Amino acid sequence: MTRNKPWLAPLLSALFFALFVGVWYLATSTTAAPVAGPAVDPEYAALLGAQAATGGQSAMPGPGEVAAKIWEHVLDPFYDRGTNDKGLGIQIGYSIARVLGGYLLAALVAIPLGFLIGMSPLVYKALDPFIQILKPISPLAWMPLALYTIKDSGISAIFVIFICSLWPMLVNTAFGVASVRREWLNVARTLEVKPIRRAFLVILPAAAPTILTGMRISIGIAWLVIVAAEMLVGGTGIGYFVWNEWNNLSITNIITAILLIGLVGMLLDHLLAWVARAISWRE
Amino acid sequence: MTQPFLKIEGLKRQFPQAGKPDPDPVFEDVHFGIERGQFVCVLGHSGCGKTTILNILAGLDEATAGHVIMDGREVRGPSLDRGVVFQSHALMPWLSALKNVEFAVRSRHPEWSREQVRAHAVKYLEMVHLGHAIDKKPAELSGGMKQRVGIARAFSIEPKMLLLDEPFGALDALTRGSIQSELIGIVEATKQTVFMITHDVDEAILLADRIVLMTNGPRAKIAEIVVNPMPRPRDRETLHQQPEFYPLRNHLVDFLVKRSRAFAPGADWDPKNPPLVYPGAPARAAA
Repeated sequence: MTRNKPWLAPLLSALFFALFVGVWYLATSTTAAPVAGPAVDPEYAALLGAQAATGGQSAMPGPGEVAAKIWEHVLDPFYDRGTNDKGLGIQIGYSIARVLGGYLLAALVAIPLGFLIGMSPLVYKALDPFIQILKPISPLAWMPLALYTIKDSGISAIFVIFICSLWPMLVNTAFGVASVRREWLNVARTLEVKPIRRAFLVILPAAAPTILTGMRISIGIAWLVIVAAEMLVGGTGIGYFVWNEWNNLSITNIITAILLIGLVGMLLDHLLAWVARAISWRE
Repeated sequence: MTQPFLKIEGLKRQFPQAGKPDPDPVFEDVHFGIERGQFVCVLGHSGCGKTTILNILAGLDEATAGHVIMDGREVRGPSLDRGVVFQSHALMPWLSALKNVEFAVRSRHPEWSREQVRAHAVKYLEMVHLGHAIDKKPAELSGGMKQRVGIARAFSIEPKMLLLDEPFGALDALTRGSIQSELIGIVEATKQTVFMITHDVDEAILLADRIVLMTNGPRAKIAEIVVNPMPRPRDRETLHQQPEFYPLRNHLVDFLVKRSRAFAPGADWDPKNPPLVYPGAPARAAA
């Protein structure tokens, strides 16, 4: 059915979106009604100022407010008005830079090391217990250790990204290399192919799809972790932005940032999916 | 007495088995020789160790006892002197047909230029009539075409000897026939020495000069070596009309059905010198 109606799924998506926005609008607009009886304790109002004067109105914005905020950010993504007031573009830029930094470092370590582990059953067995124990550790658990030893919060965040991207790439590379089809290695042997040439022309392309799967898992985890890491280290980044806006009780900004986080995560994943398609092979 | 081009002496292979210090060997006491330019087929049931023998010849496996001498030198490990066509074609799926063959050619001639490598690879792909499909990936080729690429790859390194491990086992009869004919053509043109494993009697009759008959494993042995009397050039279409065909075929089928299982060597049977038999030879004299 969907084959001759390719517009059906996008239409349904649009419908779901409209439904979601509608429910959201209804849920947030009802609070506008004046509250009967004593509204706010005057002393409390005096303490909190204008915010409290609005009475029991929720800080939860409606879709219109969020849309306006998004538009505001789109128009001026790179403003910089001091440490605590930077544009979303700058903040997400910091986050992407940290993620890519930690991620590329991890790839630089994990892929050669995974190659080595995959090639040698002995090294595999010897390193396996370490990997087994280190892999399930939440990357944030490393944070205090990183802060203490590195003493720089920005680099500590990169280290946390490094450590969380490392394992999927390492394990997948090792697995991919170890499970290269025997017959291809035999072809290389009968052709007297030298080890370096065999590694790059036989094992690497054979294991590439598995390695890319690991890289895709890693970038996903790295993007999940960066938000939490930046909430901890503070200063810059989209995670810090979300935390800062929580302190400002600006739910509008938080929702905007959440959407942006999702969008960038999707783009990163699609980028790697595209690379994976380019290097994958079919039998 | 002059030594044959390839000599196999006292070959034996045991695979380790849990709890058995001295497991039954798959085969033992295997002796035979192959002359330069000869096409030798090994015929036997599954499990008699045919593929293991081929792997040992290729240098991919090691014998428990005995040795293989090719061209005066002992075979130790794989070498470009022996090209292998694998049962499962073993093409690299991320490379096109041309790149698969080029990979082999470049291994043989690292000093060649890109153009030389390409021209050489194309020549061998055209020899198996794949000139039109050189840029296709293995996934886009049919089973027969893949095996043709495998054959082109093995021939392209111009080895001293070619080893074929049931290369047509997975192909349909029609495709098999046409590739067999191509193989005959190339082997005659290149005077290639070939060692091939098969369990197809007609394939052995069509292709081989000598047919080595192996008994069933474990402890498989060479029962006898059949000298193929069919005259060359051979043609699949008319082969069965030759007077030698049926006596030879019956002899081979009879061996596979009965004698391979219950092989009872006579007093004069010597594993070091398996008897040469000439079934079908008198048929032509009578005709």
